[in-house]
Amino acid sequence: MKKWLPYILFASTVLSVTTLLATSANGQEHEGQEPFPKVENPAWHSECSGCHMLYHPALLPARSWKKIMDGLDRHFGENASLDAAQREEITRFLTSHAADRQSNARSRRIVQSIPPDDTPLRFSSTLYFIAHHDEIPNTLYQRKSIGSASHCSACHRGAEQGEFSESTVRIPR
Amino acid sequence: MRNLFASCLCLVALNAPAAPFQDLLRQYETQARQENPAFSGFSPERGKRFYEEKRVASSGRQSGCFDCHSPDPAQSGKTHANKIIDPMAVSANPKRFTDLQKTEKWFRRNCADLIGRACTAQEKGDFIEFLAHYK
Repeated sequence: MKKWLPYILFASTVLSVTTLLATSANGQEHEGQEPFPKVENPAWHSECSGCHMLYHPALLPARSWKKIMDGLDRHFGENASLDAAQREEITRFLTSHAADRQSNARSRRIVQSIPPDDTPLRFSSTLYFIAHHDEIPNTLYQRKSIGSASHCSACHRGAEQGEFSESTVRIPR
Repeated sequence: MRNLFASCLCLVALNAPAAPFQDLLRQYETQARQENPAFSGFSPERGKRFYEEKRVASSGRQSGCFDCHSPDPAQSGKTHANKIIDPMAVSANPKRFTDLQKTEKWFRRNCADLIGRACTAQEKGDFIEFLAHYK
């Protein structure tokens, strides 16, 4: 019986150290890799995906969504105005699921990357976006299959469902 | 008996539902008569000129209907944010002009952007008349 003890101790130590390492590595990888929580609102879905991909509310802080929704008649150079009832409903939905109302790691880091006195209208202008795309040359965005940096779903196929993990990126030709 | 059968067929033919865009055209026609007592109908030729006219958008960009909707309205268009727009021509997209609310929403936005004012019922009717019969 005593003869077995060191072996058992050794084996269990190796096992627990390996498990610990795997968990921490995994934990680190998963931080910021988990998808945004699933959200749905029919007005948001239909009205905010008519002209561009559907942007998840967890990408920008509430103050950004408010500013965007207050300027829909001059929305990135185009008139995207809504009737008052729909505008208010969608604003409520966006602000209540905004990055600064989220507990996921990615949203927290997005918010941390925005100076408190700044209200970005484009996610692609945040330091978070810039830091995470520093290896992407501007010419790549100009490919016909992509168009611009605002077309997340060209490479992040699950972007509209809030899925941005690096392992699912497929850059089109 | 044969006569009765024939006249029944006739009635069925007469009652065949009109194309949905006709509903919209009728509504714009009523409005156009109110806007202009001398209204004399919609014209696909005027609608075509309207669609093809080069304009300056409120953003300062050279633009026009054809810019996003494709110069050939039977083809799909593309927004500036890379989203496909289904064809405007009813022959290529039967859902076009079947929903007054949707049609009005886009006239409201795009007329403000491209002409700087609301479109008249005459302009809307001409536009639909052109696209409803475009092959």
